[in-house]
Amino acid sequence: MDETKVTMEKPETADFKEPFSYRKLFISTFLISAFTVGGGFVLIPLMKAKFVDEYGWLKENEALDLVSIAQSAPGVMACNSSIIMGYRMGGFLGSVTALLATVLPPLITLTIISYFYDAVASNPYVRMFLKGMQCGVTAILIKVVFDLVVKQVKKKLALPLIVMAGTFIAAVVFKINIMQIIAVDAIVGLFLMRDPQYD
Amino acid sequence: MDILLQLFISFATVGLFCVGGGYASMPLIQAEVIDIHGWLTMNEFVDIFTLSQMTPGPIGINAATFVGSKVAGIPGSIAATLGFVFPSVFIVLFLGYLYYKYGNVAAIRGILNGLRPAVVALIGSAGVNFILLAFWNKEKLPVDVTKTDPVAVLIFVLAWLALKKKTGTITLLFSSGVAGLVFYLVSGMHP
Repeated sequence: MDETKVTMEKPETADFKEPFSYRKLFISTFLISAFTVGGGFVLIPLMKAKFVDEYGWLKENEALDLVSIAQSAPGVMACNSSIIMGYRMGGFLGSVTALLATVLPPLITLTIISYFYDAVASNPYVRMFLKGMQCGVTAILIKVVFDLVVKQVKKKLALPLIVMAGTFIAAVVFKINIMQIIAVDAIVGLFLMRDPQYD
Repeated sequence: MDILLQLFISFATVGLFCVGGGYASMPLIQAEVIDIHGWLTMNEFVDIFTLSQMTPGPIGINAATFVGSKVAGIPGSIAATLGFVFPSVFIVLFLGYLYYKYGNVAAIRGILNGLRPAVVALIGSAGVNFILLAFWNKEKLPVDVTKTDPVAVLIFVLAWLALKKKTGTITLLFSSGVAGLVFYLVSGMHP
């Protein structure tokens, strides 16, 4: 960790518009997480706006780089961004502060909802409503997949399409464990798909 | 094994293997929570996913919290959520370190290029399960085509058309819910 500190110390070059404080970091991140529906793609631009444009705790380019690191790591994208931006702004403690602030609002909201769910889910009218929503969410999911497949096909590269088809068949037809499938795909990518054309 | 520890380990596994945003975590959570541990039914799982779309916060964390809470109350929701983010803390900080030291990470890029199409396929495989449940109320193939739920198909088609017109997620899901209530009541059928 010592070496990490050397390369990832607090940014001295950024022009602070507000003095850095853990309290402010926690509150701003908490509020963004609490009121933003739609996951990482919506949360991350808001965090960037807050820390770069409003507080001046991060530089624009640096924030973009940090987000791209966050996106390339496994896990929840919004949490990853909090972890790495938090680290850049306030060291390991900043990282933990931002992560907790990101995670706490959904933790509280969803725990409450889960108690309500248990109480009402067996009611026949609620069931009809939920069933309607299930069909809607299925449409959303299939649309997401459809758009992604079209995007891949348009690139006209054989290897990604083979990986896609192979993965689908392995998961749906042969029911191979997903973690194993992902490990194989990662190895295929590592050895065969480093070329920038696959980016 | 202690249920809290099991939740923590299960969601740490999901956190370690899920690459590519909220939707990508769903097939993994499904594998751990339904197929391996049987903590939830497919029905409950799809409901969770639906509600996660409509509540603030990252979708993966929402799902982890809901599952944890259903399995073991508030301690469960905390264990699942902490497990989910646990691997990320180390991996992200390590990648950040590599980035500042070497500028870019070519091997990681290869791995990601391999995983991107794979993730599409895995979300697609989750989509198959969602359709089975929505149209036939079943978790696995094969299905009896004559027992297709016409109301469900109708709402699916309407939702698809609404998506083409770029309807917002919350509006779409709430309207689908209302459509479900009205169509099932009018047709006298049961979901």
